[in-house]
This record gives sequence, C-alpha cells and structure tokens, in this order.
Amino acid sequence: MNRVLPVLTILIAIVAFWYAAAIWMNAPWQNTLNNRANLTDVPLIEFAQQTWSQDKPVLPAPHQVVSEIWNATIGMELTSRRSLAYHGWITLSATLLGFAFGTALGVLLAVAIIHNDASDRSLMPWIIASQTVPILAVAPMVVVGLGAIGLTGLVPKALISMYLSFFPVVVGMVKGLRSPEMIQLDLMRTYDANPWQVFWKLRWPAAMPFLFASMKVGIAISLIGAVVAELSNASGGGLGVRLLTGSYNGQTIQIWAALFIAAGLAAVLVAIVGSAERWVNSRMGARA
Amino acid sequence: MKNQLSYFQIYLALVGAGVALIGLGFSVPTLGAAPILATFFALATASLIRFVSPFSLWLDGALAVFGAIALIVSLPAAGQMPLHHWLALISAWAFAWLFVERLSAAIRAGKLPETGTGLIIPIIFGLSLLVMWEVVTRGANVPMVLLPPPSAIGARLMAETSILWADFVQTFIKSVLPGYAIGCLAGLLVAIAVDRSPFLKAGLLPIGNFMSALPIIGIAPIMVMWFGFDWQSKAAVVVAMTFFPMLVNTVAGLNAASTIERDLMRTYAADYWQTLMKLRLPAAAPFIFNALKINSTLALIGAIVAEFFGTPVVGMGFRISTGVGRLAIDLVWAEIAVAAIAGSAFYGVIALIERGVTFWHPSVRGGRA
Repeated sequence: MNRVLPVLTILIAIVAFWYAAAIWMNAPWQNTLNNRANLTDVPLIEFAQQTWSQDKPVLPAPHQVVSEIWNATIGMELTSRRSLAYHGWITLSATLLGFAFGTALGVLLAVAIIHNDASDRSLMPWIIASQTVPILAVAPMVVVGLGAIGLTGLVPKALISMYLSFFPVVVGMVKGLRSPEMIQLDLMRTYDANPWQVFWKLRWPAAMPFLFASMKVGIAISLIGAVVAELSNASGGGLGVRLLTGSYNGQTIQIWAALFIAAGLAAVLVAIVGSAERWVNSRMGARA
Repeated sequence: MKNQLSYFQIYLALVGAGVALIGLGFSVPTLGAAPILATFFALATASLIRFVSPFSLWLDGALAVFGAIALIVSLPAAGQMPLHHWLALISAWAFAWLFVERLSAAIRAGKLPETGTGLIIPIIFGLSLLVMWEVVTRGANVPMVLLPPPSAIGARLMAETSILWADFVQTFIKSVLPGYAIGCLAGLLVAIAVDRSPFLKAGLLPIGNFMSALPIIGIAPIMVMWFGFDWQSKAAVVVAMTFFPMLVNTVAGLNAASTIERDLMRTYAADYWQTLMKLRLPAAAPFIFNALKINSTLALIGAIVAEFFGTPVVGMGFRISTGVGRLAIDLVWAEIAVAAIAGSAFYGVIALIERGVTFWHPSVRGGRA
C-alpha cells in the first residue's frame, strides 16, 4: 500500500492546521477572558493551551472533540438522552429503513423501465427531474405533514431517505439490467429461455456491479436525508437534533462531536456495502 | 388500420371502458348533477367499439384529456366528491396509460417520428400526475396541512410573487451563486495544483472521495456561528459542499487525455501550460461539467438547509421553516415550486453550456447529452 504514506501526511497536515486555526480563531475571546482576569503577558505556549481548552470555543481543538465523543458514547449509559450512541442509533435506524425502501423502490422501477417502453419514456425524464428538486429542503415539511396524520417517528425520516436513495439505484440498475449484450440475449433465446429465466440468469447477475456502485452512493445520501429530516422534530432525537440544539446553545464541541459521529457512520456504512460487494462478487466468481 | 393491440393494451382498454360503464350506471339517476362527467362515461363506454372497428390512438388521448377536464370541472366546491366520480378518475387514467402505451409502440414501430412525439409521453405523465393530485386532494377533502391541491399552490404563487422573489434573491442570487462559483473554482484550481505532484494526488484523492460521501451539510450550524446569519454563512456552506465533488472529478478528468495525445504535444515542444490549456483541460471538460451538474443541485440544497439554522427574515429556507411552523403549507409548496424551477433551470443552463463546450464528445455528437 503506497497510498498510506501520502494520506497520512495529508491527515497530519490537516490536524496541524486545525490546531493552528483553533489558536487563531479562539484568540480574541481568550484575550477578553485574560483581560478580565487581569492576566497579562501570558506565554505563548500557555496561551495556546488556553485556547485549546475553552468551554464554548469558536473552533474546538481535535482532542476536545475526540474526548467529547468518548464521553458521550463509551462514558455514558446507552439510554441517556445525552448519549451520542443513543442519538446515533435513532439516525442509523431511520437511515437503514429508508435505504432499504429506496433500494427496493429503485430496483422495482428499473425492472419496470427495462421491460416496458411506455414506462421508460414516461418515467425516466421525471426521475431525473425529481433530483433537481431540492427535496432535502422540504424534509421538515414532509415530517410535519405526516405528523399531522399521526405518522411520526421513524417512518417520515425513512421516507426522506428513500426519496434520496432511490435515484442512484434506478439509474444504475437501468444501466446494469441493460448491460447484457445482444449476443448474450441471443444465446438465451437459443436456450429457449423464458423472460423470467433471462432476467434471473442473465440480467440480474450482470447488473450486480452497478447495483453495488449505486448502493454506495445511496446509503451515504440516505444518511444525509435522515439527519436533515431530524432538524424539524427536536423531541424525536437523532444526530440532526444534536446539531440543532448545539447550534441554539452555542455548544460547538457538541456540534463537532455529532458531525464526526455522522461522518464515521457514513464511512462505516459505505465500507459495509463495499465488503458486501466483494463478498457477492467472489461468490459469483467475478474477477477480483 | 388493423387492430394491433397487445394483451396489455386490450386489458387497459377493457378496464377503462368497463369502469366507465359502471360509472355511467351510477350517474344516470343524478344526471343533472354533473352532465359533463356523464358525457365522459358515455363516450368512454362507447370506446368499446374499438373491438369492432379500431380507431386512432389520438382518440384515446383525446378521451383521457376530456376525462381529466370533466373531472376537474365537476369537482365539488366543498366536501367530498360523489363516490362514482372516482370511477371516472380510474377510467381516465386507464385511457391516458393506453394512449401512452400505443404512442410508444407506434414510435418504436417507426410510424411516428421520435422527435416531438417522444416529448409528449413525459408531458402526459406529468400532467396526469398533476390532475390526480388535484382530484385526490380536493375530491377526498385532504386537509390543506397535509397536501394542498396544485391549484391552491398556483394561486399562492401568483399572489405572493414579491415575497417569493425576495426569497429567491436572498437564497439563490446572494448565497448559491457566489458559493457555487467560489467552491467550483477553488476545487478546479486545487485539482490543477495537486495534479503536478503525484504525492499530493495520492494523498488528497482518497480523502476527497471520502469527504464527498460525508454529510457535509452538517457544518451548516458551525458556518452560521462563524459567518453570521446573513448570506455569507450560506455561501460558505455551499463552498464546502461543492468543493470536493469538483476536486475529485477534475483530478480524474486531467488524467483523461491519453498518453499518445500527450506525446503529440511533446513533439510540438509544448510546455506545461500549453499542454494544460490546449489538451488536458478540454479533455477534462466532460468530467468538470459532470461535477458542475452535481454541484448545481447540492448548492441549492446546502443554502436552503443552512437557512434552517438562522437567517435574517428572508430566504427560501426561512420561509419553508416558518411556513411549516405556521401551517401555511400552500406557501411552503409555492416556495418548493420556485426552488424546483430554479434548480431545474440552473441544471438546464449548465447542460446547455456543456453541449456548446464539449461539442466534440461522443455523448453530445450522438444527439443525447
């Protein structure tokens, strides 16, 4: 792996830059504090340490964020309302439910599209147009609207995630299910295969690489959908709520911790889909 | 013309006419209440003669359009619509589907030209969705809070143009456009700079790919804290969201020029900048436009969501979040319509520029972008 060294270098550079930026951005407030305490001529090293340990810093230092994540996950009971693991679980369950819905809907639409000319012509332009609508922006309204008919909790958030994640799946699966070449379809004809067999023995296996590529994109945006959908319902919990309450109370460390948990969640989910892809590929005898 | 309906088309025709027959039976006792709908039922039932003497697919389309008009005209002013009117909805929908099926079959058989008629099908689909939305929301008396009918949204769109325009200027002109320009330009420049060093490229590319998958939108509250409530913080969110897709795509695009083409530039004694401007950037254009298109949607989303975390009292995101709070849902939908039109137009403009700039690319020359 000759990639490790460059990536590590860049990461270390980012962390160093972050610490420097934390000094610079927190300095004005620290100066005010020191003036109030009649502290003058604080040595630079001590001043830097002060800026890295403020309560509500403009930019928290990396170690503050890491310790907050540690305290809010490992160091707290799982059922506590302040535990990030608890909120992360709420977001994760909405994400997974929406992702499952979205993938199922995407596959079904793709199957309809490749088998029926009329639905190809009528659906495809609208599916593409549906993605230029900033639906994420209306997520709060969907949540409130569905809440008005008694549908609360997981389902409204999952619906937003579904809307976001079905699109890459449809586009990828249409491409994938159409990827078998004419000569392969002709071979199936010579075997006297019925449409059902053509689908399961040729089209579906051929579409697998496309499905997994789409699912990687889909699961990342379905997490984003779940987080944004949570912004409207502060009582429901979830990482989006932690972001919102953190922003109202000026708890910057809390915001960064929630943000990093969300990022970690996204990375883990994409990695899981990736390893599922490798497993399926090797089971199907694909070249690595 | 011979009767060449497929089984599915025959099935649709039977559903449309059969349901209309039942509807006709129900509407005869109350003939005076909705004469136009009764006319539709009668005509739709009469369409059964297709099995004796086939008629043109355009008549099916006309029947569907007439059914939609009849339905909307005979919607009650208040309360739920009579039960048998739902049959007209099913019947009109079946005829619209039949029309689309026959039209696409005719295009496939080469009886109708692809250009022009190919556009009718998605338009029919969109219109029938709108009609269904209107009929279902008003006919079933769906509460406004849940889903207002399109007519109410349209009326609100017309009535509140000044508010909507102010929101559009605040969100789109002031936040999205500067943020989009800065983010895309920065991504492009960093990609070109990084491209000269294989070490940096190997380090930045995985991180850039990783960042593209992260919920970057979550930095919105932080940006609002740093840059204040006004458009600067929204533009900053847009910059952060658009930077990484642009970086990753441009780096990939700069590698798109093949070795043989670079060798040709070497034989011309072209220096680095000449090779960059005359070969590698044009070769990267499809990738760059791909990022520009992805970013056009991301930018609008980023700006609107960032406004949920604090704004001056104007802006699309502000209007949406306060509209939800005040249950002024039709205004929210009007705002969504504006956002949708703005988003689609933004995307369309970039797609048009792409066709002009990458005219040499196979995907454009083939006639499909």
